[in-house]
Amino acid sequence: MPTTTIYTLIKQLFTKKATNPFPVKYAPSNMHGAAALIGSGKVRINPPVNIPKNFRGKMSYDKDSCIGCKLCLKVCPSEALAFKDDVKKVKHYVSRCTFCGQCADICPKDCFAFTDEFLMAGTDKYAEEMVIDP
Amino acid sequence: MNSDNTYEVPIGPIHPALKEPFLIKFKIDGERIVGAEAHPGMNHRGIEFMGMHRNPYKVIPLSERICGICSIVHQHMYVTAVEHAAGIEPTNRARYIRVIMAELERIHSHVLWAGVAAHEIGFDTHLHFTWMIREKVMDLLEYITGNRVNYAMWTFGGVNRDIPKRMYPKIEATLKYYEELYGKLEEIFLGDPSIRLRTIGVGVLTKEDALRLCGVGPTVRASGVRKDVRIDQPYAAYGDLDLEYQLPSLYGYGDTGDIFSKTLVRLKELVQSIDIIRQCLDQMPDESINSEPKMAATLNKLKKADGEGIGRIEAPRGEAFHYVRLKGGKEELDCWKVRASTYNNLATYAPMFMGEQIADIPIIAACIDPCIGCMDRAEIVDVNTGKRREYHHEELHRLSVKKTRDLLGGVER
Repeated sequence: MPTTTIYTLIKQLFTKKATNPFPVKYAPSNMHGAAALIGSGKVRINPPVNIPKNFRGKMSYDKDSCIGCKLCLKVCPSEALAFKDDVKKVKHYVSRCTFCGQCADICPKDCFAFTDEFLMAGTDKYAEEMVIDP
Repeated sequence: MNSDNTYEVPIGPIHPALKEPFLIKFKIDGERIVGAEAHPGMNHRGIEFMGMHRNPYKVIPLSERICGICSIVHQHMYVTAVEHAAGIEPTNRARYIRVIMAELERIHSHVLWAGVAAHEIGFDTHLHFTWMIREKVMDLLEYITGNRVNYAMWTFGGVNRDIPKRMYPKIEATLKYYEELYGKLEEIFLGDPSIRLRTIGVGVLTKEDALRLCGVGPTVRASGVRKDVRIDQPYAAYGDLDLEYQLPSLYGYGDTGDIFSKTLVRLKELVQSIDIIRQCLDQMPDESINSEPKMAATLNKLKKADGEGIGRIEAPRGEAFHYVRLKGGKEELDCWKVRASTYNNLATYAPMFMGEQIADIPIIAACIDPCIGCMDRAEIVDVNTGKRREYHHEELHRLSVKKTRDLLGGVER
């Protein structure tokens, strides 16, 4: 008996799959090994899903235009920003950031901007790429 | 086993029928439930306490994280409460954008609930179907705000991001997608004979009980109670829009208050939300999205502000409430209180469970769309030993009497 279920099932066989296998088609048993293989060019990385236009990814900081007014420190909900008194600039801990964008909104000189980068998972939260240190 | 031949069956704090930590103790006589007692307090995170040590801007992203899927609701209430306390007026365009976002979240929440309800009565295909169609509204929210969850959309005096004309076609396409699918949803949830068997006449909440226990939202509208903050006390732009209480009797069904009518009300609210978003897109005035473009100026104003404010809105689960008190010269919030809709609806569990079978527990537990993360606000923690405990009524009464006696004794001495 042809039911709605069978009809939907057959239809779904020919539609584009919603799941994007990322970074590789099958989940590797060893992530570090997979990363090494991708690095050496033996395995091709599956591109991630297109991100939206106003996506809030890793922060970029323009230290030259920063005037050291400390306004961003007042609105950061997760204390991801620290002030460096010696250089009068802001240090940004990416691992603590919640990507709310309030620092970018309050900055009078527009020093902060959001990049498209979102691959930030790691084991060391104080790694070089996880701390933006002017 | 109790002396009156009944058994006590605890469901929770961790149980497959519950999506969040929560405990209900049932008194069972054979196969029938003769008593139900809810024990909240397993998911307390001290968010209000954290909020009272931060300035109002820092609390916006925190309030968003009270609930997993109502991030718009709590942000909306909190921002409204602070605006009320400090006398900040949002612009009209921002009010309309707030309504659009709130209604998109209502679609999201009701579709998600329909899937959970179907899962609880054993229809996992329906769960996958509803969660598949829910992706569309999440994609739209991502398109508007930039992120799939935790949108960071609200700010004092307006919103952070605009909805320009170039976004209209995609919003319209998504609304059309839901309109076309609505017939199928109705066929699945209202027409399917096996779902009707499991939902009609189960978990009945009478109108008297609904009024007596102060239930809110679709849970009591299904019993025929005309209660909706969007109409009773319009906030944001709802005063300008045309909307109606969604009661089962409007669609030729009885206001029975069973699970079937609760499902019906939620599905009809989905259609209503689509209509509201269309009205907003038509009527949205062309102006700035924030009444004070300089955030630093608002920050200073909030520091000097003195007063208390409330934010009352109709969340997908029903009326919810935030209270904020600001003190002049104090940067942090002086007081912040959150009352989520599940807190009210929890009381309606007792009459709904009465006389039902053990097998109906999951669907009745799910029918109020409980959100424990929102609701759990109070717990007693002994600081010295770190032990957690709950106080029962008699115990509280005894403590209260003891305190009165102690105080009187002090006067006498």
